[in-house]
Amino acid sequence: MLFAQIIFYLLAGVAVVSALLVITRRNPVHSAIYLIITLLSVALIYLQLQAEFLAAVQIILYIGGIMVLFLFVIMLVRLDEALRQEQFNRQWFVAGVAVVVLAVELIGVIYLGRDTALGPEAGPEALKALQPNTERIGEALFQTYMLPFEIASLLLLVAMVGAVLMARRRVE
Amino acid sequence: MTQLFDNFHPIVVSLIKITIVFLGLALVVAYVVYAERKILAHLQVRLGPMRVGPHGLLQPIADGLKLLLKEDIIPAGADRWVFWLAPVISVIAAFTAFALIPFGANFTITDVNAGLLFVIGISSLGIFGTILAGWSSNSHYPLLGALRSTAQLVSYEVALGFAIVAALLLAGTLSMKGIVYAQAEMGVWFIFLQPVAFFILFVAAIAETNRNPFDLPEAESELVAGFHTEYSGFRFALFFLAEYTAMVLVSSIAVTLFLGGWLRPFASVRALDFLNFAPVAVFVAAAGWCFWEALRLPAAREWRWQRLLLLVLGAGASGILVGLLIPGSAFPGAAAEDQPTFPVLEAVQGVFWFMTKVFVFLFGFIWFRGTFPRFRFDQLMDLGWRFMIPLGIVNVIFCGAGIVLSQRLGWNFIASLWLGTAATLLVAILLTRGRS
Amino acid sequence: MVPTWHYLLLSAALLTIGILGVLTRRNIIIILMSLELILNAVNINLVAFSRQWGDVSGQVFAIFIITVAAAEAAVGLGILIALFRNRDTVNADEIDLLKW
Repeated sequence: MLFAQIIFYLLAGVAVVSALLVITRRNPVHSAIYLIITLLSVALIYLQLQAEFLAAVQIILYIGGIMVLFLFVIMLVRLDEALRQEQFNRQWFVAGVAVVVLAVELIGVIYLGRDTALGPEAGPEALKALQPNTERIGEALFQTYMLPFEIASLLLLVAMVGAVLMARRRVE
Repeated sequence: MTQLFDNFHPIVVSLIKITIVFLGLALVVAYVVYAERKILAHLQVRLGPMRVGPHGLLQPIADGLKLLLKEDIIPAGADRWVFWLAPVISVIAAFTAFALIPFGANFTITDVNAGLLFVIGISSLGIFGTILAGWSSNSHYPLLGALRSTAQLVSYEVALGFAIVAALLLAGTLSMKGIVYAQAEMGVWFIFLQPVAFFILFVAAIAETNRNPFDLPEAESELVAGFHTEYSGFRFALFFLAEYTAMVLVSSIAVTLFLGGWLRPFASVRALDFLNFAPVAVFVAAAGWCFWEALRLPAAREWRWQRLLLLVLGAGASGILVGLLIPGSAFPGAAAEDQPTFPVLEAVQGVFWFMTKVFVFLFGFIWFRGTFPRFRFDQLMDLGWRFMIPLGIVNVIFCGAGIVLSQRLGWNFIASLWLGTAATLLVAILLTRGRS
Repeated sequence: MVPTWHYLLLSAALLTIGILGVLTRRNIIIILMSLELILNAVNINLVAFSRQWGDVSGQVFAIFIITVAAAEAAVGLGILIALFRNRDTVNADEIDLLKW
């Protein structure tokens, strides 16, 4: 097995195991730490897929931004009572069965369609189109996807106003 | 140097480089702590550490040993696992980012396409150490310190980002090496093209490293010691190490972006080529100082260890001096015409200038600490959100406008950028006028 | 080189784990974290396809998804804080004022 393959399976294993820990931990702070580990291994997988810019964005935005926000909110919310309560809701058994069915279905479809549905892999020369990564993404973002980019910035503005409005204390 | 490395496997070369950088950094960080105590002391007309070794030169080692030998206390009710994890995150985040810092033209551990983003991203992971330390201590002061720290870091990261964007507009690349090469090509450091961005970066860097006057997260008079109140012994030493490493890191980022990285001052002026011998001069001065101090010590018996140490240090400096001046003809295969006269000197040239600039920057940090009183939290937030961030945005806009002016209308590049800076300063005056 | 369908399997695993978290947990904070897992699963797919076709568009889509995730987290956590202030709970199944 090649070095790159070992790295991938290692990262994938870490990502899946810590994702499982995210949804099973009682304490949200522990969940957040495991989610950070998952996100970090996903970032490294991006790096392996030659998406350096995206890996950096994942680290800065997801881990350095969103997860900090999560931890900040966890510290603001009083959790002592919630920690002592039951962590799973009543429909957990039905949900589990449904999710297992979904997982089997997904794995089956991916496994059966692995050769036919995807078509041939891009060769090394086609991968040159991804490099230099930052420049390529910049071109795509500001030329082909200019309108979605502007809409995304609008979305962020709306989200910012909404978040401030909702978290604000009512001024009587 | 490079030919020497070429004979090894790439992974071995990387490991050697990582080891050198790690050990060098640990040494530098230890002596930054010493330098801070010394400089602060002299700013306050004191002597600072004088007892351990000549002029207290062994103080960092003594401090480190003391912290290692202390009892390791975990408070009752603390979340043990997270409590253990927090300082480790801080240290790893601070050290990992150095993998992408170009110390010299041939001395980088790695250089990737989106390098600067990675440096910023990895260094921003250090905040988790602070948050988790504050939360897991299960105590009031650390939690307050962690909340303050998070709010402060998140706020100033935005300003830092805008300052970096201004430099990126000029460099046109995210690769750390590419940024330095862009400055070499233009023949001018970016600080002279974007002084406002450098100012914002400097202020944001102080805020990001929780230094005076923005050291609210560990304000001694209010929060005992902030997020690491409950930490002691080795874990506290890790936080301490992480804090000073982060200082060196932001200094390195600032030096790479605005102060020309490993480039010599006036690299393009041939008449100043004698500056290439600055490393030699520094070691001559160091050796001379050591020997002079050894002579000056009183002849009493109790000073003999200090004298011995000074002599050893002087001999070490002289040895390095001799090493620097090994002529190119002494190496095997020196027949090549393009071999520089002093290859060793040539090889350490970049690292020397890089570290010199980093130390100047660090001196600025320490000077600030000795000069300014601490901000109040609302003042800090006010400065960040209502002055730094608008100023950063305006600066980016005018910088872009300057570049467009010079590209489309053929104006002088530097003049149009300075026009942009003047406009930014005008906005800065307007921003300050509305405030009390 | 790792074949693309292995990335798809990883993505499917993260997706199902995320869905499981959303469906079974009571704590809203962890439900929001599970949503992040789902969005990451999508991103892995997009980036893997981007390499498969040698086309950078997939990575651009992933950036948009990260933007949406940031907006979602900000609004979601804002709602959470407002909710906690009004109802003093972080459990999803106790927020049933509109149920009858």
